[in-house]
Parts: sequence; structure tokens; C-alpha cells
Amino acid sequence: MTSKVLTANRLLDGVSVWLNGQGQWCEQLAQAFIARHEEAVSALQDTGKKAVSDNLVVDVAVIDVKETEQGIWPTRLRERIRSHGPSVAYGYEAVVLEQTQAA
Amino acid sequence: MYRYDEFDHAFVAERVAQFKDQVERRVSGDISEDAFKPLRLMNGVYLQLHAYMLRVAVPYGTLSPVQMRKLAHIARTYDRGYGHFTTRQNIQFNWPKLSDIPTILEELASVEMHAIQTSGNCIRNVTTDQFAGAAADEIADPRPYAEILRQWSSVHPEFSFLPRKFKIAVTGAPTDRAAIQVHDIGLQIVKNDDGDIGFKVYIGGGQGRTPMIAKKVRDFLPEADLLSYTTAIMRVYNLNGRRDNKYKARIKILVHETGLEELKSQIEAEWQHLKDTELKLPQNDIEAILTYFAAPKLADRAEGWGELAQWKKADQSFSNWVQQNVGPHQHPDYGTVTISLKPIGGVPGDATDAQMDLVADLAEEFGNDEIRVTHEQNLVFPHVAFADLEPLYRALKSNGLATGNVGLVTDIIACPGLDYCALANARSIPVAQEISNRFGNAERQKTIGELKIKISGCINACGHHHVGHIGILGVEKKGAELYQITLGGSADENTSVGKIMGPGFEPHEITDAIEKVVDTYLQLRKADDESFIEAYRRLGMEPFKTALYGEKTTA
Repeated sequence: MTSKVLTANRLLDGVSVWLNGQGQWCEQLAQAFIARHEEAVSALQDTGKKAVSDNLVVDVAVIDVKETEQGIWPTRLRERIRSHGPSVAYGYEAVVLEQTQAA
Repeated sequence: MYRYDEFDHAFVAERVAQFKDQVERRVSGDISEDAFKPLRLMNGVYLQLHAYMLRVAVPYGTLSPVQMRKLAHIARTYDRGYGHFTTRQNIQFNWPKLSDIPTILEELASVEMHAIQTSGNCIRNVTTDQFAGAAADEIADPRPYAEILRQWSSVHPEFSFLPRKFKIAVTGAPTDRAAIQVHDIGLQIVKNDDGDIGFKVYIGGGQGRTPMIAKKVRDFLPEADLLSYTTAIMRVYNLNGRRDNKYKARIKILVHETGLEELKSQIEAEWQHLKDTELKLPQNDIEAILTYFAAPKLADRAEGWGELAQWKKADQSFSNWVQQNVGPHQHPDYGTVTISLKPIGGVPGDATDAQMDLVADLAEEFGNDEIRVTHEQNLVFPHVAFADLEPLYRALKSNGLATGNVGLVTDIIACPGLDYCALANARSIPVAQEISNRFGNAERQKTIGELKIKISGCINACGHHHVGHIGILGVEKKGAELYQITLGGSADENTSVGKIMGPGFEPHEITDAIEKVVDTYLQLRKADDESFIEAYRRLGMEPFKTALYGEKTTA
């Protein structure tokens, strides 16, 4: 079975979060609880539903991951970007002051 | 520009209070997400990949320095120090907390701004020509009519729950800089033989998964009939537009499935009931709105001609900037200035709070207090004296805002894509950055000439890829990003939808593929002044396809 983790966005600030082994929502995918069998997945789904009805999180989803030597690796690029943040620099880090367009 | 009256102030304040209460009840758990979601969307609040996103309306792309400073303040105080100007002439903040949004809306209301109708199945921000009220080729300023439409459409009880969202664009010039033929309703200001102002009316244009070019339904709609006729169109759409399938719910599908002549007769029949009602615009009301948009009193500054010639001679990069970014104005001593938000290798449309503050300051110093947002994700000062161009350029340059690339290959439209957007299938920004870096050399860009590249990270086409001379559409295939190229799109008075070239390209291949298309154009153009789109229209797809895929695939 493909390993799975539970993810959502926190209601108050919308930040992406993952459920850890202590049943808390954390901001690091690396700390997520990994479900490796059907019963665990079912428990994740139940936890997700309860967290939505408790108004802690929104947009809850169980996602596929691979367990690699470097850590948890979501199967879909979308989820990798959700967990790592935008793949490009933004804000002040993205400001281009010197133009590289001289001939 | 338009100033809120008492009614406007009270209305926006009431909406802010309402939403504040809704957020409080959501946070305390009194209302569920299912109940709250449509309410937050009506106030421009989306949930994206990493956080909430707040889309703020910039009516017809017009901002005052005070408003721009407020946007900078919001970016600095409630977000991560930047904002993203969009293809709808709006601005989006990518990281606000839900709990802060009522306060942000209060801040916006204090400068006569809001986020109402920036989402949902309603009439969205009316867009227009970024050079409105300034362009040398303009018949009349389109903003007063956009403002009349804005007032009429704001929380219009009949049109707040349409089959799908609805976008109206207005141009006041024969050169269409507002892409009116890819809008649900496109209005072009024209004059009849008697010199009266009216509108050529188009309906049923749009992009998304089914791109369609709008069809003309009237050659001349008298000015006074603007609202009655628009209401007739909306009524026919609201009644007959499909609600069973969101992908077939836009008016373009209704036009396509009903047939233009039949739909025109339905609109005309509806209009007969409306044309002589209170929807007929009284001349004094039109004139009252027109006064808000009176052109600034521009002093003659003839000294600028000589100074400009000298400055251009002394500084090649300034000269390039003037050539690309300064356009013709109604006053001979002035120009329109486009401030590129496309630095080489930068994020298209993004600006930091400091850059926004600087733009506000410079608009006061050199720009007669007016700022515009363009649908191509740049900013504009519509009224700048030639005599002020050099100091303006210096100030912009020291803050990364003086890239002289407007209309060139690096002036790329890109949606936020999979780096931010919950709907996206592929990233857009890194593709734009790599292409920008590849073509960043100023001489090379100049040699290539006008070339519009537009990139979308999904079929919803926020990045306008269908109407890019070169369009790039990111899709997800077998879990990976793949980019399809289209050629031949255009969103001006000769609107066309691009055609797909062939199989897509992986992220590491797409820039090479674009370069091959551009090199093919350079080899095949008849003369240096034959633009990419002109060459494509003469040559067709085949030579580009052969260059990219070889002879076999084209056999």
C-alpha cells in the first residue's frame, strides 16, 4: 500500500499543516504521521473529519507519500510545493535590481 | 478619478462590518466552512496552496498614490512585503491571515477600495485601457462608462448569482489595449456620423477551456442606452445560460449553442421592454460621472523635447526605455509611461511594498497623481512630461523598475501557477523566469521586436495563453509538468486564438523550444519590421512545427 499522510490548511491563517503522531497539526511535513495500512488511513480520515467539524482546519486531504532516505516525499508535485513553499523566491528575495540586459 | 459619495462610503463600511461578523462567527465555530466559503469568496478571499489569498479590486485599473501607499502598507503589515498585480488589473496578497482580513478591508475602505465581487458568479471588476484619458488615439475616455457599469453592477440583486462569473471590458480607442474580444461583453467606444458617442458591442468572448472570440451584436449603441442594453444581455444570459455544467456556463457557450442571430433577437426583444425605462442614462448623470474623470490640467512643457533628445543621445539604456515604455499622449509635450514589473528573471507582476511606495511618490512628483494597473501586469503613469522622463527613469532604475521591455519577448504574462494556486496543474513563474533570462539581452530583444508570450498553469487561462503570440499552457501528465505551446494568438483589435503546435515539452525543454520558435521567426521574416504575429499569419504553423518537431511529425 502507498503510504499516506493527512494534510489540511489551518482555519485561522490558512497555513498548510500536517497531522503528527501526537494528533497535533504541525507546519512541517517531516513530522507528519505516516499511515502504512488501511486501518491507519481510516483513522486519519476520521481525525480529519473531526478537525474540520471542530473548526481547526479546512480543505483536509489524505495524500500519497513515499518514504525516502531524505524523508517524506509527496507523490504529487502539488503536495511537494505545498510542503516546501513556492519553488521560486518571492518578495524582497525576488527583487531584481541590476538588469542583465546590457548588450 | 472617481470619489466615493456618502452612499458608497456607507455601503462599503456596511459590507466590511458584515464580513467582520462573518469571520468572527466562523472562527468561533458558529458557522461551518460550507456556509462560510461562499461568503468569503464574495469578499475576495480564496484559500490557496499555502495560505489565504485576498484579491483586491482596482476599478478599471485606476489607483491614486494614496491608494497605492495603502496597498504597500497592507503588504508590509499583513502580508510578506509584496503583492501581485493580475491580468484583471487587480492586486492579490498571497499570505494574509483570515483573522486579519476584516482589518485589511477596513484599511482598504479608508482609501475607497474593497474586494467585493472579485470572486463568485457575478459581474467582476470592469477592465479597460491602461492609457484611458491619455492615449493619443482615444475617441473618448472609457473610464466613466466603466464606472457607470461598476455602480450599476455592484451587488445588483438580479445579477449576483449568475450561471458563472461575468467580465466586461471597455476600450475608448480603435487600438484595443483592453482585450475586449475575449470578454463576456466587450464595448468599444465609437462615434457615429453625427459625432455622437456610442458603443460597438461584442458578446461571448472568453478564454478558459473553451476559448472563443466575441461576436459583434451592435455596431452603434447610443451612450444613453448603455445600461438598458447591458441589462438585456444579462437577463437573456441569466435566464438561458447553463447551470447544469460549470464548464458550459459562460455566455460564450450560450452564444455558441443558441446561435448569434437567435440570441441577438432575444436580446433585442428584451431590450424593447427596457430601453425607455429608468435604465436610460440621463445626460446630466453621464456628465456628473464624466467630471470625475476630467483630464488633469497639463502645463505646456515644450522644453522637454530638446532635453529628451539630449538625454537619449547620452544614455543608450534610457533611450531604449523611452522607445519601449513611453507612448503617445494627447498632449504633445507628454507621454504615457509604462513601469515594467517584468525585470529580467523576476516574477511577472510582483512588487514589494517599497516599490509600491516609490511608485506612489513618483506618481505625485512626476505623474499628476495617477497610476494604472495593466492587464499585462505592469503599472502605468498616464501623464508624464517629456521634461520629467529622465529623473523619473533614474528613480525607477535604482529600484529595479526601469526595465525597457514593454511589448518585447521578456514582457511575459504569467499566472501564479502551481507555486501558489490551488487550481493549477503546473508552475508558470519559473518558466517565465527562465525564458526572461534566456532572452534578457537588450539588443537581442530589440532585434526580435514585438512578441507577446503568455503562460498559464492550467486550462482556466488566467495567464491568457490562448491569446499569446506564443502561448504556453502547463498541464499535469503522469504526475509531471508538461508544457504545450500555442502560436498565433492575439488580444488586440485583430483578436485570434492560438493553435496548439504539437506534443508538449518537459520543464527543462520548454525554453529551448521557445528559442527555436523565435529563431525560426527571425530566419523567415520578410523584413526586420515584420513582427512575429505578422510573420506567423503569413507563414502559418508548418515552418515552426518543422523546426520544432522535424519533418516526420508534420508529414
